[in-house]
Amino acid sequence: MNKKNKEAFIAPLGKNNPVTVQVLGICSALAVTAQLKPAIVMGLSVTIIVALSNLVISLLRNTIPNRIRIIIQLVVCAALVTMVSEILKAFAYDVSVQLSVYVGLIITNCILMGRLEAFAMSNGPWESLLDGLGNGLGYAKILVIVAFFRELLGAGSLFGFQVIPQWCYEHGYINNGLMLMPPMALIIVGCIIWWQRYHNKELQEQ
Amino acid sequence: MDQLRKFINKIKPNVMEGGKFHAFRSLFEGFESFLFVPNTTSKSGVNIHDSFDSKRLMILVVIALCPAMLFGMYNVGYQNVLAGGELATTGFWEIFGYGFLAYLPNIILSYLVGLGIEFTVAQWKGEEIHEGYLVTGFIIPLIIPITTPWWILVLATAFAVIFAKEIFGGTGMNIFNVALIARAFIFFAYPSVISGDKVWVMDHKILGLGCNLPDGFTCATALGQTATTGNIPFDWNMIWGFIPGSVGETSIIAIALGALILIGTGISSWKTTLSVFAGGALMAFIFNKCGATDNAVAMMPWYQHLVLGGFAFGAVFMATDPVTSARTETGKWIYGFLIGVMAILIRVANPGYPEGMMLAILLMNLFAPLIDHCVYQANISRRVKRIAKNK
Repeated sequence: MNKKNKEAFIAPLGKNNPVTVQVLGICSALAVTAQLKPAIVMGLSVTIIVALSNLVISLLRNTIPNRIRIIIQLVVCAALVTMVSEILKAFAYDVSVQLSVYVGLIITNCILMGRLEAFAMSNGPWESLLDGLGNGLGYAKILVIVAFFRELLGAGSLFGFQVIPQWCYEHGYINNGLMLMPPMALIIVGCIIWWQRYHNKELQEQ
Repeated sequence: MDQLRKFINKIKPNVMEGGKFHAFRSLFEGFESFLFVPNTTSKSGVNIHDSFDSKRLMILVVIALCPAMLFGMYNVGYQNVLAGGELATTGFWEIFGYGFLAYLPNIILSYLVGLGIEFTVAQWKGEEIHEGYLVTGFIIPLIIPITTPWWILVLATAFAVIFAKEIFGGTGMNIFNVALIARAFIFFAYPSVISGDKVWVMDHKILGLGCNLPDGFTCATALGQTATTGNIPFDWNMIWGFIPGSVGETSIIAIALGALILIGTGISSWKTTLSVFAGGALMAFIFNKCGATDNAVAMMPWYQHLVLGGFAFGAVFMATDPVTSARTETGKWIYGFLIGVMAILIRVANPGYPEGMMLAILLMNLFAPLIDHCVYQANISRRVKRIAKNK
């Protein structure tokens, strides 16, 4: 793996994160992060779809006519999204019910089309695969962080297991209901952005 | 006074630039200018200094809030002994003392947390401490039930100060009323401590004062009662304030005293306050005439709508917040009127929210800049037309 490839994989995990720096894919990040399990499944689904569609489009990039490229990208994405959705329904039915329409809506995820347009159309298959994996995992990382706080503070549990001991509740502790609502997910994403920019000078505007 | 001045002068060199404790400069300046009028003058240009600075403005608002707070304390004790059945045998000072002891921790916590964050942020960013929190910290304990757990109060205050104020740039830059954000945080995050029929009366003795109430004691607010069990007749206690509710919101008399101070000194705009009442009255009147007859809240007489819940408190103290309300004179009429309309609309149309004032004010806070913009643009286009006509 040369330096450029490494950069394509590493950058989206940190300094060029699709959610916190490019501010893409916010909608699903707010919708599916009330619990950790659906958030992880969603993150992995997006990772697989972005990586594979990047690979496919990159292989086809020299044969795609420029004027209809968006339609072709959509067809590839739609096929992959449908496959992932069917697999989820078959092997993880509970989670697919929790995720409801958001699996299908991965096709409209800005990260997906953004990477296809910006990267896969002009780079080789190996780089595109790495870039797709990096962006998907960068997205998944933020989802998991947000879901961790939301489930811990909103429901007192992680992966559905109660982690805040019962005696806290007996002494007056109450779960924070606001954490289960999307506004708080936005505030947590905002806090992550705040933290990240505070530690990275190059992300701060003058 | 002289002693204090001398003491301050003595420690001043230590905290100024180059001193040992220069990190605490903004803290020192905050306290110094709180105690004494600063004696520095500007060195360049022509400046006119008004002695009516934001410190004086804030302290006048706090004075205007005092009647509501003092009555609120008394009412806290009154509701407790009333529920305990010992009203006839308990003296005025015992009732007031109980309310005072119940309320004191809330206001101390509110100031401790809020000012703590403000001071920390000011030190961290090397800025001067602003006095904006004086009023916010005073209002927060007034608009929540007396039984709100302390940790929730602390959390809500911290949330409001950080996310509604500091990230927007501190005093004067906030979009939303900070005290209302604290209340909204509790309302959405911990609905069980701020709604329902268990939270409005303190249910245990404090330092031997008051009464212990039995477990499961319930006492709903007038609005909550209306929403669940049907309309209750008008009662003069709704004006005097001897009814359960958030600490400062119950007494119309105490709020009216505050309104006199605020409007008399010109701090708050009578236009906003008046138009909130006008909007609320009109909307409630419309519901009286055309609302569904099986909806008790819609059928509540319009004057009763205006005196119950947080409507009057919101109209006098929260809607008129100079930072978050509309700033143009025409805008104030529109802004206030829509707050009144929205508050009654939420009360009537949403059975889940017996009180709509908080949400109405927060919503209109969001629209205030738009209202101002429209007023400006209307004025500009009117003048452009006038020029075109006179040519």
